[in-house]
Amino acid sequence: MEGLLIKVEKRNDVSTSIYFLTPVLAIFLTLIGGAIIFYVLGFNPIEALKFFFVTPISDLYGLSELLVKATPLCLIAIGLSFCFKSNNWNIGAEGQLIFGGIVGGGVALLFYGHDGFYVLPIIILSGAIGGMIFAMIPAILKTYFNTNEILVSLMLVYVAKLLLDYLVVGPWSNPEGFNFPETRQFSESARMPILFDGLRIHAGIFITLATVFLSWLILYKTYLGFQIKVSGLSLKTAKYAGYKGKTMIIIVFIISGACAGLAGVGEITGPIGQLHRNISPDYGFTAIIVAFLGRLNPVGIIFASLVVALTYLGAETAQIFLQVPKYTGQVFQGMILFFLLGSDYLLFFKIKFLGLRKNEL
Amino acid sequence: MYKYFLRYVISVLFLLGISGQANAEFKVGFVYVGPTGDHGWTYQHDEGRKAVEAAGIKTTYVESVPEGADAERVIRQLAQSGHDLIFTTSFGYMDPTNKVAKDFPNVKFEHATGYKREHSNVSTYSARFYEGRTLLGHMAGKMTKTNVIGYIASFPIPEVIRGINAMTLAAQKVNPDIKTKIVWVFTWYDPGKESEAAQALIDQGADIIMQHTDSTAPVQVAEKAGVWSFGQASDMQRFAPKSILTSIIDDWAPYYVERSIAARDGTWKQQDTWHGLKEGMVAMAPYNSAMGSDLIKEVEKLQKDLASGKAHSFTGPIYDQKGNILVAAGSVADDGMLAGMNVYVKGVEGDIPQ
Repeated sequence: MEGLLIKVEKRNDVSTSIYFLTPVLAIFLTLIGGAIIFYVLGFNPIEALKFFFVTPISDLYGLSELLVKATPLCLIAIGLSFCFKSNNWNIGAEGQLIFGGIVGGGVALLFYGHDGFYVLPIIILSGAIGGMIFAMIPAILKTYFNTNEILVSLMLVYVAKLLLDYLVVGPWSNPEGFNFPETRQFSESARMPILFDGLRIHAGIFITLATVFLSWLILYKTYLGFQIKVSGLSLKTAKYAGYKGKTMIIIVFIISGACAGLAGVGEITGPIGQLHRNISPDYGFTAIIVAFLGRLNPVGIIFASLVVALTYLGAETAQIFLQVPKYTGQVFQGMILFFLLGSDYLLFFKIKFLGLRKNEL
Repeated sequence: MYKYFLRYVISVLFLLGISGQANAEFKVGFVYVGPTGDHGWTYQHDEGRKAVEAAGIKTTYVESVPEGADAERVIRQLAQSGHDLIFTTSFGYMDPTNKVAKDFPNVKFEHATGYKREHSNVSTYSARFYEGRTLLGHMAGKMTKTNVIGYIASFPIPEVIRGINAMTLAAQKVNPDIKTKIVWVFTWYDPGKESEAAQALIDQGADIIMQHTDSTAPVQVAEKAGVWSFGQASDMQRFAPKSILTSIIDDWAPYYVERSIAARDGTWKQQDTWHGLKEGMVAMAPYNSAMGSDLIKEVEKLQKDLASGKAHSFTGPIYDQKGNILVAAGSVADDGMLAGMNVYVKGVEGDIPQ
């Protein structure tokens, strides 16, 4: 018997700059991988990549769409970074987004026909609270009943989806809408103000930017942020230091849920303008990729959300111009995550080849 | 030197721009809600697109476009990238289609199954699927032994309710004892849910399964259970060769070809189209010989009469579940009543979900 001996060793000397450069490397490798795929499919790879990554944002409308798409992703990912940094695996941001949308949308319907500057802020606030409440379920179950937050938060996504289905089919459906599964279009006062005529970019982007700034403040300038980071690095250390673990778990879930809820309410008061069954194309799940690609860092997440948003737009233009399946976008997202995790592994672990050895058995 | 170079570049770019415009080819775009391989709704729209392509007109499609915030961007991109006519083939594209149409007055839009035509460049179109349901009802009434007809319904919108009613009325005409049992699945396409619904109906005694959903799951369940079934949207015969009596086929091809040529030749006008067996937008797949030649002849005659207008799916007297008269004896329901239909006729079990 012969065997190749491989030894995996942890590296202790990973520099910060390389840590933040690997996502860029992952994107670069994705481009190469994409080029190969396009080549195999029979396209000119450079041309195809251009359709994928340049054409969608080659005009003002495209840029505005990029921001429209990146806004919810960035917002959710920022929230998730609090959870992930402290070793709390909130996988249910999609459900928190939908529940935030339901609560915000319900308030918007309540104010149907009302004018007034106060309408929109109330809707946005209630959306954030909705997301918060929904995120507190897995948090409380985890802290007081020792349940697994991954499972609970994930399963709650289906609860939120079914609740939304029920509401738009039944009690909240548009009375003049021939029973179609959607609510009325919200009043003008309940809609996010559009920033530029003819574009869809709306005031929600300011909420996102403010959230990015706030979370940077919390994470890097407050004691709470320090506690979150310490708990993420070592739970035992956190315990020895006397941090209240339970309170912190609930706080990070609340922050995360509020962000997802804001994203939901931003979608329904922004580009959609009503509640129906498809208020989110799985933003809550895609945001998990965004959070990790952005290294759980507020600024990194901004860039990551733009890159991932671009893969969505690119998939659409590539389909229009090259007639490749729309799912290429998901292939690109998958490749980014794959290369990121792969290079992370090589970054943190050294692989040593110890040569061939004869096993004497 | 540099200046000359710049001038050269600018003039080349300018020329390219002009020639690009001069060569602008007439193109038709399609937006689909599902994958082209669903063997139902989207599959049939794509068959229609292929017919347009075969008529020598260039086409583009985008599949699996969610009916949310993304739809507007996809429609707009098609308009922006030089498509002259755009078919948006799902109800959920109604508002985005009208929004984009406002900004592109020179592009024509056709929205399937909707009712909003807010701008003069938006047409709507749909098919009188209920005429096909009448034929299914006739066959179901004759073929059932248990007198229970199972119906898998998607959403309680007028189109679906119309189909349930048309089927029930036709079945009652040949077999007054039949009952229609309905399971609402609240989805257009979910093979898992649809097969569960089919099984539930069979367990409740239904020996006929029909569906107003798009996957082939229900007919496959029916085939296994040994009960009769009907295909939806496309000819699903190969998925359940023994069980399927026929399928209602949505044939969009003639309409798509006609409208594309009209748009190319500049004769396109806004309209609201509702075509049926007569125009061929609703067609029937070959009838299963297991029905016997007598029944097939009856159904073929009924099909002819519906197409010619001699027979109508909703001929009075028609009563609702409580026994109130909906359509008086001797008259037929008008299109307005059909378009807004929101009550069951007598013989349908249960309530419409509200």
